[in-house]
Formats: sequence, C-alpha cells, structure tokens
Amino acid sequence: MTLLRTLTAKPWIWSFLGALLVWLATIAFTGGYGGGGMVTAALSLAVFTVIVGVGQMFVITLGPGNVDLSLPANIGLASAVAMKVMGGSDSMIVVGLLAAIACGAAIGAVNYLLIWALRIPPIIATLSASFIIQSIDISYGRGLQIKPPPGFASFTNWQILGIPVLAILTVLFTIGAAIALQRMIYGRSVLAIGQNIRAAWLAGVNVGRIRFLTYTLSGALGGIDGALLAGYFRGANVDIGNEYLLASIAVVVIGGTSVAGGKANVPGVWGAALFLVLLLTMLNTFGVSAGVRLLLTGLIIVGVITVAGGEKALR
Amino acid sequence: MLRSLLPALSLALVVIAIAWLNPRAISYFGFTLMLNLAIPIALATIAQMFVIAGNELDLSIGTFVGFVGCVTATWLKDAPLLGVIILVGAIGVYALLGALIHLRNLPSIVVTLGMSFVWQGLAILVLPKPGGKAPDWLLSLMAFKPPYIPFPIIAALVIAAVVHFGLMRTSYGVILRGSGGNPAALRRAGWSLLRTKITLFALTGLFGVLSGMALIGITTSADANIGNGYTLLAIAGVILGGGEFVGGRVSPIGAVLGALTLALAASPLLTFMHIPPDWQVAANGAILIIVLAARVLISRRER
Amino acid sequence: MLEANTNIIRLNGAEKHFGAVRALNGVDFHVVSGECVGLVGHNGAGKSTLMHMVAGTLRPDGGEIAVRGNAETEYSVARALKLGIRCVFQELSLCPNLSIAENTRINHPALTGFGWRRKAAALIAAKLDEIFPDHGISADDVAGDLSIGRRQMVEVARAFTVTRDPLDLVILDEPTSSLDAHTAGQLLAFVRRFVASGGSCILISHVLGEVLQNADRIVVMRDGKVVAADAATAFDRDRLVATMGGAEAREKIATEFAAARPAGSPVRVRARPARQEDGKELVARAGEIIGLAGLAGHGQTDLLLAIFAAATRRKPGIEVTAPVALVAGDRQSDGIFPQWSISENIGIRSLSQLRKGLLISPQREAALAEFWKQKIGIRTPDMANNIFSLSGGNQQKALFARALGSDAEIVLMDDPMRGVDIGTKLEVYELVREEAAKGRTFLWYTTETEELDNCDHIHVFKNGRIVAHLGRDELTEEKIIQSSFGDAA
Repeated sequence: MTLLRTLTAKPWIWSFLGALLVWLATIAFTGGYGGGGMVTAALSLAVFTVIVGVGQMFVITLGPGNVDLSLPANIGLASAVAMKVMGGSDSMIVVGLLAAIACGAAIGAVNYLLIWALRIPPIIATLSASFIIQSIDISYGRGLQIKPPPGFASFTNWQILGIPVLAILTVLFTIGAAIALQRMIYGRSVLAIGQNIRAAWLAGVNVGRIRFLTYTLSGALGGIDGALLAGYFRGANVDIGNEYLLASIAVVVIGGTSVAGGKANVPGVWGAALFLVLLLTMLNTFGVSAGVRLLLTGLIIVGVITVAGGEKALR
Repeated sequence: MLRSLLPALSLALVVIAIAWLNPRAISYFGFTLMLNLAIPIALATIAQMFVIAGNELDLSIGTFVGFVGCVTATWLKDAPLLGVIILVGAIGVYALLGALIHLRNLPSIVVTLGMSFVWQGLAILVLPKPGGKAPDWLLSLMAFKPPYIPFPIIAALVIAAVVHFGLMRTSYGVILRGSGGNPAALRRAGWSLLRTKITLFALTGLFGVLSGMALIGITTSADANIGNGYTLLAIAGVILGGGEFVGGRVSPIGAVLGALTLALAASPLLTFMHIPPDWQVAANGAILIIVLAARVLISRRER
Repeated sequence: MLEANTNIIRLNGAEKHFGAVRALNGVDFHVVSGECVGLVGHNGAGKSTLMHMVAGTLRPDGGEIAVRGNAETEYSVARALKLGIRCVFQELSLCPNLSIAENTRINHPALTGFGWRRKAAALIAAKLDEIFPDHGISADDVAGDLSIGRRQMVEVARAFTVTRDPLDLVILDEPTSSLDAHTAGQLLAFVRRFVASGGSCILISHVLGEVLQNADRIVVMRDGKVVAADAATAFDRDRLVATMGGAEAREKIATEFAAARPAGSPVRVRARPARQEDGKELVARAGEIIGLAGLAGHGQTDLLLAIFAAATRRKPGIEVTAPVALVAGDRQSDGIFPQWSISENIGIRSLSQLRKGLLISPQREAALAEFWKQKIGIRTPDMANNIFSLSGGNQQKALFARALGSDAEIVLMDDPMRGVDIGTKLEVYELVREEAAKGRTFLWYTTETEELDNCDHIHVFKNGRIVAHLGRDELTEEKIIQSSFGDAA
C-alpha cells in the first residue's frame, strides 16, 4: 500500500501508466499479436524524442518564456552535416558524430547570444534562428539524399534480445541527466533560476553562464539526435526533425515537468515519449486516418496540460 | 520617437530597395502582384496581435488559417449556412480556449501548440486532398481592381484603420490593452480579466477566419497545409510592427506595416536581388534579427 | 440612526491569515464622514491588510463589514467603488502601456461613448491642476515614461476624480513616499481641504509628523491588532513611537551595544552611488555595521544591488574586496525558492562548499542546515520540509542562514526585517552583532529607525544620493527625517 502511495505521488508515474494502457489496448485489438515487437519499435523511436526532450526539459525548467523552437531546424541541419562528414565511410563515424554535436552546440550558443545581446524573448530568438538554419540546411543538403555509412546505420538499428542498444545507451544518458539535475551545481542552478531568476542571481548563481550552458546543451542534444535519426532512417533530409518541435515540448509537459519552471522530471520524459509513440502505433493499428491521428494527438496534449495545469504560464 | 517610426521605416527601406532593383515594379500592377498575399498575412498578423496584447501567444494561428481555408473551399461554397455555422463555432472555440487558459492558468504556448494539431487534423478531415473551390462572391471580392490604388493597399489601410479605432480609440479597447499592461490594477478597478481574455481570443479567432477566407479568395482552391507558414509570419509581423511580447504594448498600424514588409521582403525583393528561393526563409529570420537589433540600439540611445 | 449616517465604514473583529502568518487578529476599525484618520504602525503590523479589506481587495477570514450602517456580506472592489470608497495602493497601479487619460478611464466605467477620451483627459487634468498646480504632466503622456514621483501624483489625483460613483472615502497608503517635500505639502494641503468639505481620508505614513499634523484621529496598529485609537491632539511623537512598540528593543540594544570598533581594520567596500555629485561615498571596513537610512526607495537598494553586482563584475565607482552575500527584504520576489525545502534554500549560496567531488553531498547540505537551525533558532520539526511550512519570521531566518552560512565576508541586508515579529528581530540583531565582532562587514538598509541603533555609521539617502553621514552617537529619528526631507522636517 505504501509503495503504491509513494508511486502515485510521483508525477512521472502517470505517463508510464498511460503508455502501458495504450499498449494493452493495442494488443487487445490485435489479439496479443506483435506485442513484443511493438515494444521494441516503440523503444527505438522513443529514443529520439527522449534525447531532444531532455534538452528541451532543461530549457523549459529555466522558467517562464524559455523554450527552444529551433530544434527541428537544428536536427535537420545536423543530420545533413553528420552524413556529409561521414561521407558513407565507416572510419568517419566518430568524426561525423562530433561534427553534428558541434553544429548543434553552435546553434544553441547562437540562440543564447541572440537572447542576451538583443534582449529578446527566447521564443522569438530561437524562431528567427530556426529560419536561418532552415535555409542553410536547404542549400547545404540540396537535392541529394545522403546515405549513412553502413556501420552507423546498423549501429543505430542494433538490438540485443529485442532491446535496441541505442535505447540502453539513452537510459544511461537520462540517468546521468537526472543526477546532473539534482546533485550537480549546474542542475541546482537551473532549478533555482526557473523558480525565481532574480532570487537566483541574488543567491550568487551565475545566471548568464547557466542559461548559456543550457541553450548550448539543448542545441548539442538536437545535433546528436539529427545524426542518430539520419542513421536510423538511412539518410538525412530537411524535414527529418519537423515533428520534434511539438514532441519535445509535449514529452516535457506530459512527463510532469512544470512549464512554470523550476521543477523538472527526467523519468517522465521517457514515459511520455513511450506514451506518444505507442499512441501513434495504436492509432495506426486501429487504421484511423491521418486527420484523426493529428486531432487526437492535439486533444490529448491540450487535455493533459489542462489537467496538469494550474501553475503560472510558460511566457 | 524614432522607435515608433521603425515599422514605417523598415517598409520604406524595402520599397526603396525594390524600386532601385526594378523600377518597373513600382506600378499599379507591380504592387497588385507583389502584395498578392499581403491581405491574408495582414489579417493573420492582426489576429496574433490580439492575443499578444493580452500577454499570450497563439502558435496555432497558421493551421487555423489552413482549417478555415479548407472549410471555405468546401462547406462555405456547397452549403453556405453550414459553413457559416462552422466558422462561427471555430471562433467560439477560440473564446473557450481563452477562458480555459485564464481559469486554469495554463501556458498559452503549450495549449495552442496542441491546438495546432487539432486544426490540422480537422483540415485534413475536411479536405483530405488539395482542391475545393472558393465561393464566387469571395473570388470576385479578392479580384476587385479599384482605380489608381491597388486593392491590397486599400485593404491594408482599411484593416489598419478599423483595428486601430477598435483597440486604440474605443473605451473597451483601453481595458483590453490594460489587461496586458497591469492585470492586477485592472482587477482592482473591478474589471473581469476572464472577459478580457475571452474577448481577445475571440478576436483572434475572428481575424483568423477572415485571413483564411481571404487566402482562399486569392488562391481559389485550398490545401490542408496552406496556412502552416502563417504562425511564424504573424508573430514576426507583430514584432516588426513594434509590438512586444508582454505588457500590452501593441500597434495595429505597426502590425499591418510589419505584415506588408514581410510580404514584400519574403519573395519579390529577394527575387529581384537574385537570391535563390533556398535563402528566402533565412531572409525573413535575418530581417527579424536586424529590426530587433535596431530596436535595441535605438532604445539604448533614447535612454 | 445617527451613527448609521456618520460612519462611512465600520469593521468589527476583522481577521486574516496568510498560511502560518496571522496578519489581522480581530480588529475593530471605523471612519466617520468628514474626518482624516491617521493609521500608523511598523511594517507588518497589519495596516496594509486592513486597508485591502476596506477597499474590498481582500476578504476577511472572520468579522463583519458595514458601510453607512448597512452590513455588507458580498463586499468586493466593485461594491466599494459603488459605495464611494477608493484606495491608492502602495504598489503602483497604473498600466504602464497606457496614457494618463486612458489610465483614468480604467477607474471610471462611466467614461464611455463618443468623446470619452476628451472627457477623461479633462477630468484628470483638472484634478492634477487642483492638487499639484505646477505638475507639468500631460494627459497624453504614457504612464511608463513618467518618473515614479509623477506616477504617484497621477495615481493620487486619479483617486479623487468623480464621474458616476460617489466619492466619500479615500485611502492613501504612503502617498508621499515618492514625492519631494514641495509636492508632498501640496498633497497634504489638498487632503485637508477635501476633509474640510466633508470627505473622509485614511492616511498611512511612516513620516509621523505628517500624520500628527494632518489627521483628526490616529489609530495605532501592532502585531495585527489595534493598540490605540485617540484624537490626534492626544498624541505626540514620543507617545506614538512608544505605542507602536520597539521601544523596549531600543533600550535593550542600547544597553548591550559594545563600544565602536577600531578604525584601523581593512576596507571591504568603497562605493559611491551612481547619482552622487559631491565627494560623499560609503566606506565599510571589516567588522563594521553600516546603516543605510532615509525614506523608502531613495536609492539604498540600488546601491546595495550595485555593490552586489560589482563583486562579480568590475564597476566604476565601486570597490569590493571580499565575497558578498545578500539578505533580501522582499522575500517572495528576491529570496525564497518556493519549490525547495528549507535546507535547499539555505544551501544554494554555498553549493561549491557542499560538493564532494562533482556531486553535491546531501549529508553536508543537511549538516549545514542543521547547524543553522540550532544557531539561529529556525522553528521546524524537519529542515527537509518545504520552505513555506515556516512562518514569515522563520523564512527570513532561513535567508539569514543562507548568507551567514556562506563564505561571504560582506553581508548586504535589504531592509530584511519587513513584517517580522519583534522576537525574531531581537534574535537576529544579536547574531548580526556577533558576526560583526568576528570580522564580517554588514551593510544594512532599513526603514525602521530603531534598527539603526545597531549600526556604527549611518548614511542617509535622498533621491539616489548620500545626503548625510551620522555617527552612532549623533543618531536621532529627527536628524534622519531632517536629512531625508532636506530642510522640511
């Protein structure tokens, strides 16, 4: 009983429960067929949402108004950069990955530079930046579908006993993120800034540096996500990151992170990402049309934020 | 002082650049052509401006415009009464969102991000494949060719004048702007913030509907993704027009000028400058950053 | 029947709690028509809470409100306005994005229809002319562009404009805090004319002379209760100060206070306010407690913040030679992290000392919190509880623990005793003196004169500048008020 009570007191439990329910509903529909394969597929896909979701979570935790809208463009550009640098050769995989991370981190740093130098809200800064990144990507990756090296493609699809290796690595990464959030000066500072930026400054937190690091981190995670996506889907393209704008914000909100800032939740990002991926699988299994799928996704996000709301706004 | 002239200045700069690059564009037909899409952009910008006046943001206005477009090209033509009911209902949904955001104290950007999927889904359901046709009266309205002054310019003047009067000159307009400036003071003076928020969101819905209808009047047929770019254009237009995200500082005239600047800069200017279409999106971003940088410089100087 | 006619408003047994804090504890209060009631008391005595109730912005948790003898069960702002009761709040309530005329419109639902802008402009301009003849404000000015003093003038004038609703009672909460002596005099003269013509006023002011000279009756509050109410002529300054409380504290401090510190210790802070034109500057040495006095909002906090910022980034005119910590006075906006426990709130300033390797050690954090719980007497069963489980005074102690538990050698205090009970104050005073004796430097901005008794030197501020420097032995309330107001005492 007490275990149940401590579990229900955790805000992230709901997203996992939701994921479980959706999974059960789907295998009930298929008569138990393909339940395991569905979990494998969901884990593989959720990884990409989790990686950018964690970056977005740190940004949103910085407090009202902080959000990174440049992630889709960032992912698109980084996927092209990674594939071009790798050039289809297995020996260049590490260099390509590093190039994608550097590209993403640079975008994040520029984002913060705009916020700081022009004193504009992060929404408009990351938005303007994303316009420019998009164009760079279109002209840089022009026309050609760049293939990943075979070794990289098989790495991103590698499974052990039906569990994607990438998912295992991402779990390790999220554990690291959770520790950084609660036990490191960086995480504590992010939480302090999100609760009250002025009080954080007056308590000696280096607000400028922490915000800079957070936007850069979000950018770098977008960069690595782009490279991995290009490997998994066997090719970079401009639109590869499009769905991650809403997805990254949605997993943060559904996962129990406060949009008012100052309260973050790492496990919830996993639960929410699995929930969203499984939800899509379920709707596909039920054979609903694209319109209904979008409609339901939107309504669920509005519904979750309405239930979870009641705190001060993101702006 | 200089700062309030910035929107007009940006527009003048763009027009001068076009005149220098291609003098023939500065003509009745040139403007009619170049400002082809200015009316729906201006209406969407005004729509966005209303929520921004109340310290909120609407990330769904683009897909909403698309949804309205699909309804206009199908129901409004085939079953006008039903079409009107649907569009009025959509405005009602906006009003409800305003109430929900106020009562539950929700972040508008998450709610409207979710709503952007709802509108897109509905648009696809209404019109699964590109097509449909605008009602004839709408086509002839948008194709109107008045003497001397191109229609888009007249329309922009009318929109700016009407909204300026409503928001900046009427006594309830003051209350609407005050709700963004100092909500606590407004509540203390006995005004209902729920009512102001509902009004602002309903106005956003209304101008979103007008924008979608105008868009279909120009393009003649619809597509579920037709309005997707409008979310960002509308936000950019408000900011170019001197609006600020918080504090109820908005300007309808500025917003229309900002929309015209974007409409001109987005494609005609870049085409004349022989900039490949790849870089046109970037140019929009760059214009935004340049204007914001100019604004920072000016306000530093004025201080 | 007679009472029903002359009593504008009457509150019986009004009560209000904010969490663990009891802001009002059964207060009886009334205002008769044609009188000016002066309301005095220390910060946190409950004056503002009581006035919010009169204005209808707060609902009492217990007690009754009657207006002109009629009991009001659904009392609200709208109702108060309809009944002719208005309030000029301490925090400004103009919309900075609107013009003065438009701001006037907000308070007058009747200003609508054709020509409302002209009517609103004429209304506010006439009232400004009447109260402040040489105001120099145009009805088209945008509120956010005006100086704080002019905004306060507009706000006061706006409260006295009349359209549809009657005007019987105006609450003026520190109406002169941002005005210079000349405009303050114009305002008080107008208040006397208004009262003479049959209107009523409640005047709240820290400047006791203003209250003594302008009020007909004075009500003194202390710790959420009314402790005295009498004709103004029955009070003089000493009786007011004694009734407000704090006199015992003063004697206690005076007897305990050690001799002045040696002047030879090293200089820790040397700072000149940005607007200082003459050579006056603030110098603080190790082991000194320096007081920053003067009326609220005259540049004391700005100087503290500038010193705080100069500790991390070089600033012209300010020299800081040791780590700095700040104790906020406005706890909610400058100090508290609402999601965190008491220990986390204390530990945030000392994170790098709490580390073991890369990670923050929970044991060290708990140990730091436990040490200060004992030392400063934070009353809680568990330091892992949320910070809001504490009463206001104990929250403030946690903020002191944050600063004193850190490596800071210089501690800036931004009027930190606002709304804190006398017991907590005495405990903290003692701790501050103890820490100063160990060599820490304190810069202490306070609006409560008796706290200055703890200081070695006092700098009095006016309009962003240091206007006087007093040694501890020269300190009197009169001297401070005299310097704060220039020549008009």
